[in-house]
Amino acid sequence: MRRVLAADRLATAVLWAVAVFVILVLVAIIAYFVIESIPTFSLAFLFADPSLTEIGGIGPVLWNSVYMLVLTMLLTVPLGVLGGIYMAEYAGEGRLTNAIRFSQELISSVPSIVVGLFGFALFVAATGWGFTALGGALTLMVFNLPLLLRLSEQAIRTVPADERAASLALGATKWQTIRHAVLPVAIPGVVTGIVLTAGRVFGEAAALLFTAGLSTPTRYDFSNLNLLDPQSPWSPFRNATTLSVFIWKSNSEGLGNYVHEVANMSSMVLIVMVLAFNLGSRWLGGALQRHVSGL
Amino acid sequence: MARLDAPRRITLGAALVVIAAVVLLLGFIVWRGVQLFVVSGVPVTQILSPTWQPDPLSEGTTYGLLPFIAGTLAVMVVAAVVSTPLSVGLALFMAEVAPTWARRIAQPAMEVFVGIPSVVYGWLGLTILVPFLRVHFGWLGFATGFSWLAGSLVLALMILPTITSISYDAFVAVPADMRSASLALGTTRWQAIRHVVLPAAATGVATAIVFGLTRAAGEALAVQMVIGNAPVIPTSLARPVTTLTSQITLDMSDATGTWNEALWTMGLVLLLISLAFVLLIRWLGRGRSQA
Repeated sequence: MRRVLAADRLATAVLWAVAVFVILVLVAIIAYFVIESIPTFSLAFLFADPSLTEIGGIGPVLWNSVYMLVLTMLLTVPLGVLGGIYMAEYAGEGRLTNAIRFSQELISSVPSIVVGLFGFALFVAATGWGFTALGGALTLMVFNLPLLLRLSEQAIRTVPADERAASLALGATKWQTIRHAVLPVAIPGVVTGIVLTAGRVFGEAAALLFTAGLSTPTRYDFSNLNLLDPQSPWSPFRNATTLSVFIWKSNSEGLGNYVHEVANMSSMVLIVMVLAFNLGSRWLGGALQRHVSGL
Repeated sequence: MARLDAPRRITLGAALVVIAAVVLLLGFIVWRGVQLFVVSGVPVTQILSPTWQPDPLSEGTTYGLLPFIAGTLAVMVVAAVVSTPLSVGLALFMAEVAPTWARRIAQPAMEVFVGIPSVVYGWLGLTILVPFLRVHFGWLGFATGFSWLAGSLVLALMILPTITSISYDAFVAVPADMRSASLALGTTRWQAIRHVVLPAAATGVATAIVFGLTRAAGEALAVQMVIGNAPVIPTSLARPVTTLTSQITLDMSDATGTWNEALWTMGLVLLLISLAFVLLIRWLGRGRSQA
């Protein structure tokens, strides 16, 4: 009996120790970047151009990250949400539904570098576009669509059947029911899904190496609004090295006097951005939920 | 009446894009992946050779992919061996042991973990782990610090939140009645965990580990930054090795001709590995969807 009680106490202690250890590792990682970044960080770092001789900044690559995010989401959100509606409201049991689910699972498991190779073969080589922001965004769409589809479907499925029954009983059509009874209730979950998906765009690098390109951007002229000019920062047909790719590239090349400082500060910026998306999705979902239920 | 069906057709069209993406992806990767054999006439059996000598200008050009396949598997397995006890322990803690306040810390902490991008893990490995191994464990053979172990440790950290969250879901899904029944028989909490909760959640935990393996096999940049990229069959945790993903990352922009085709074949091998994992996960989850 004593041995059994001792084993129980030991197991409890071990599980606590594991939890404390893992949390400490996480705290140490965050603390490392904060402490290492503070001495050299300034707001100018976010906007200045990269430099090989001084610390410089990440202005162009940060702009590219935001640009890729918007472009990717413009492509992904309509397809993901509409597809989610189909899977939750229309799809029956059958071969087609199975094929869609299997495709979702497969893309979610394929390494991002392989998705990047596919993006290169299709959007860079076959189209003849070369390395472009649009090619990168389309590649990220392939990568993110299954996730958003699943999150939207889940959000829509959580809407109680009564909502649908009440609407249909009033004589509404299936689509009117979806549009006016189901979607308004599902919106908080769908928005959370969208923001979570967006957070992945910021962190992704491997899928972009061979699609959006690796060239170091020169100074951007934001007054150049010609969308077809590869020099314009607004153009989807230009090289677009994002912040994640920039961190990898500057380290693998090891050029510049301040690679170390720049990588630390860039990592911190990246972590803060992704965290903001995660916390933002939770906050936005909650706020919308209150708004919807307040109606 | 046909007009009323428009929403159905439009939403179906959106869902079909996923199938189209998979078909195109499979088509392109398979087509480019077999060029090595079809166009350059390299015998299929040659990729099982342990010799990687892709430079067409040197003697005895050989496109053996065995070092990369073995490296990928080796790095992945050690990462899972390190990560699984920690992740499953943490999941058990969160599901069975933690008081509410501790759970309120652990859950958001997992979300933060998931959110850290892979290049950041790679950078951490490069600036902290690699020098640490070199300085403190040089006597164990870590000459440069770039090593199989460094790659596995970075991956272990990266797959930790994956394994934790999926096993946590599996533990939480075990009905409370089963625990109560065990405790009512006079068992301790640990006995209930060991003999009731763990067996009941075993399939879920196995699925969690396979998801972790899938992520570990496919991770590219973080591993490439710390592994040393030596195309040899892994024999020592302290030595540099390489993986399929690392070599593609490194060589893709420079390699031309047959060398380039061999990189696409590596991509095809990666695709087949992930396909195998998808089928394994499906097999583990069989019958559960009906429940």
